Amino acid sequence: MLSGVSVFAPLGDSLLSYGMKQVGNISLQQPMRLLLAINNPWVAIGIVLLLGFFASYMTALSWADLTYVLPASSLGYVLLALIARVALHEQVSLTRWLGIALVSSGVGFVTTGPEVTEPPRSPCDAASAATEPS
Amino acid sequence: MTHTISNLNAWLAIAAVALFSCAGDVLLARAMRQIGDLGELWHHRGFLVVGLRVLRNRYFLLGVGFMTLAFYSLLYGLSWNNVSLIGPAAASLTFVANAIAAKLFLHERVDARRWAAALLVAGGVVLMAL
Repeated sequence: MLSGVSVFAPLGDSLLSYGMKQVGNISLQQPMRLLLAINNPWVAIGIVLLLGFFASYMTALSWADLTYVLPASSLGYVLLALIARVALHEQVSLTRWLGIALVSSGVGFVTTGPEVTEPPRSPCDAASAATEPS
Repeated sequence: MTHTISNLNAWLAIAAVALFSCAGDVLLARAMRQIGDLGELWHHRGFLVVGLRVLRNRYFLLGVGFMTLAFYSLLYGLSWNNVSLIGPAAASLTFVANAIAAKLFLHERVDARRWAAALLVAGGVVLMAL
């Protein structure tokens, strides 16, 4: 689940960025243009990938703390930089390698600890939670 | 002048993405905590029950609302600046804001390990964007 979050989020963001470059600048006076930006195919594919991210993210949040899931799933940034270096033969600067080292250390820190800081609720215990006023 | 307006809009969007994402993350985490382990639930009760239980949760619906606002703020920001600025800057602010919000609203035990992880990842993401 965490790898799904790591892969879908940066790929989705990149496609959104590519699509929004084609759409162009949008001012706050043009809210409809912002809503209609989803008609751009790259933005649409980006949204599909972000839905994949969302499903993986929700599943991960159902068994782990927010402060565990967020840092643990940030390896996607490292993945993007490595793809840029290995597959696209882009130059990765020293600062960026340092950033990769920091992100990896953060992920290492959090993943060696527990996923939850309170006992998880079983589905049977939680059955009433869906019906009770929340 | 155009550059200043572009930067101002980009940072306005970054602040909005961080704020809305943080609110959305906390609400979704709360919803998932109420519902229970989705994998286990799916295995025992099936897809339809899982879907209905998620869609009927008020925190989930509110969280999705905030995530939608964060998404459109991101699109707005991307129309003014590159993903290499908007993405990492918003993500870094969200990491730190979420650690604070998770402690305050979800009562998670954010120990030194988790603070260190949030700060290391936030700093690393900023460095990767430079």
